[in-house]
Amino acid sequence: MRDDAICIVGVGESDDYGSTPDRSPLALQAQASKNALNDAGLRKSDIDGLITQTGGRMPPITFAEYFGLQPEFVDGTFIGGASNVAHIDLAAAAIRAGICETVLVSYGTTPRQGEYVSLAPEYPDDFERPYGICFPVGLYALSAQRHMHEYGTTREQFAKLVVESRRWAQLNPRATRRKPVTIEEVIGAPPVVSPIHRLDACLVSDAGGAFIVTSAARARDLKSKPIAFLGAGHAFTHRSLALKDDVTTSGAVDSARRAFQRAKVDLSEIDVFEIYDAFSSQLLIMLEDIGLCPKGEGGRYVESTDFGPRGQVALNTSGGGLSYLHPGMFGMFLIIEAVRQLRGECDERQVENARTALVQGNGGVFFSEVTAILRNTM
Amino acid sequence: MAENIKSLYGSQLGQAYAVTRSPEADPFWEGCREGRLMLSWCASCHRHHFYPRAFCPHCGSADIEWKQASGKGTIYTFAVVRQPIERAFADLVPYVLAIIQLDEGVRILSHVVSTDPDSVKCDTKVTVEFKPYSDKITLPMFRPVS
Repeated sequence: MRDDAICIVGVGESDDYGSTPDRSPLALQAQASKNALNDAGLRKSDIDGLITQTGGRMPPITFAEYFGLQPEFVDGTFIGGASNVAHIDLAAAAIRAGICETVLVSYGTTPRQGEYVSLAPEYPDDFERPYGICFPVGLYALSAQRHMHEYGTTREQFAKLVVESRRWAQLNPRATRRKPVTIEEVIGAPPVVSPIHRLDACLVSDAGGAFIVTSAARARDLKSKPIAFLGAGHAFTHRSLALKDDVTTSGAVDSARRAFQRAKVDLSEIDVFEIYDAFSSQLLIMLEDIGLCPKGEGGRYVESTDFGPRGQVALNTSGGGLSYLHPGMFGMFLIIEAVRQLRGECDERQVENARTALVQGNGGVFFSEVTAILRNTM
Repeated sequence: MAENIKSLYGSQLGQAYAVTRSPEADPFWEGCREGRLMLSWCASCHRHHFYPRAFCPHCGSADIEWKQASGKGTIYTFAVVRQPIERAFADLVPYVLAIIQLDEGVRILSHVVSTDPDSVKCDTKVTVEFKPYSDKITLPMFRPVS
């Protein structure tokens, strides 16, 4: 790796997760951050940059004080579940600009305790929230319904992705939903907002996560195997789903194309896909948008493809938001799993010869899409 | 002080959402109270937009006028809320969220009302009707045209 290459040198999750009534969100964030430092073989004093979207009104300020950091660079970009994926690129930019050298990106939320992020009304909410929209599931259901109407996609086809996620979760000792499930069971689960039923929807979990970004030059004398960040692509298309021309397509069409261009990588080179899965229909739409199949053919593509362990396409190898955990913004955990796969640390669920991974963050209801490409260059 | 949702569909519901202070939308809400669906329209590029803005999101002009919409459109997509996810709306379950494509070319999030939730279909023609939500707000809703 060239000296100015950017890599991820440490990853960590909170020790406590699931439902943590005796832990604050900051405590989970601190646990994960400490684990990421230990994983990298770094001390707190080595960290001169901090990026986080959780922790308070000025997220990085609050968490820096709580964790005992006085960084030279912070960023608090908050774009929902794509935030931490965007943060890799922001950390890289700060490092390349010479503002700082080693950036901690961290996350912690406890939605199971009824605490998440500020829901103070904003102007566009005036035209949605008086209708009881059940954010975000009600809006994702609007997207799923139109996909079914336009392309003939079926609930069974969405459900197949839930079945596949459980096959991976069975191999992840930390996963929350590990019991195998059938398409019939997913279809038969109680409806939440039709056409989305309970098992089509992600978990709600308390959890923290963290990773550390630095230059290849700095990474060389660290104990962990550095994973190169080859590039990212971003796309921001709307804030209100009603204002999006086509609710069956996400900005991932553009974010993925931009990421492939910047990383100089082709879709065919990707060994592991870690794609945001808050809802089965949202995941199917993103498979199309990233280019795994043409728009509208996601249903048939999912039906005929094995996404499970030792299958055709390694997808969401931790079990994803559908089966592992989902603390509101799952992007952090997509990155952690991708890094571990590329390092070859995933035991039973390890994808053979995993060299290049695609991470797809998704925020809001397709509001923000960020794609990142990571590689083991050793 | 927080006020309760008045009587959406005749149900007594929980605490109402209080709209933000956004004067650019006042004529919209006034229109709803008077039973008229008012849309902001750019006198420079001659296009509607929704929600109302002080600047046209298409061309950037501040020359915004108000036009009464026909109230007619089609259901672009819909979803049926079948669990009391939002406490304030629990008594309304099942209710039909929808994105309506208005004949004026803009889309609006709303409910499909006055029909069996299981009979709703995409691309069905609808027309506007108004439902009181709180003392300050009346909401446009849409019912299928037979």
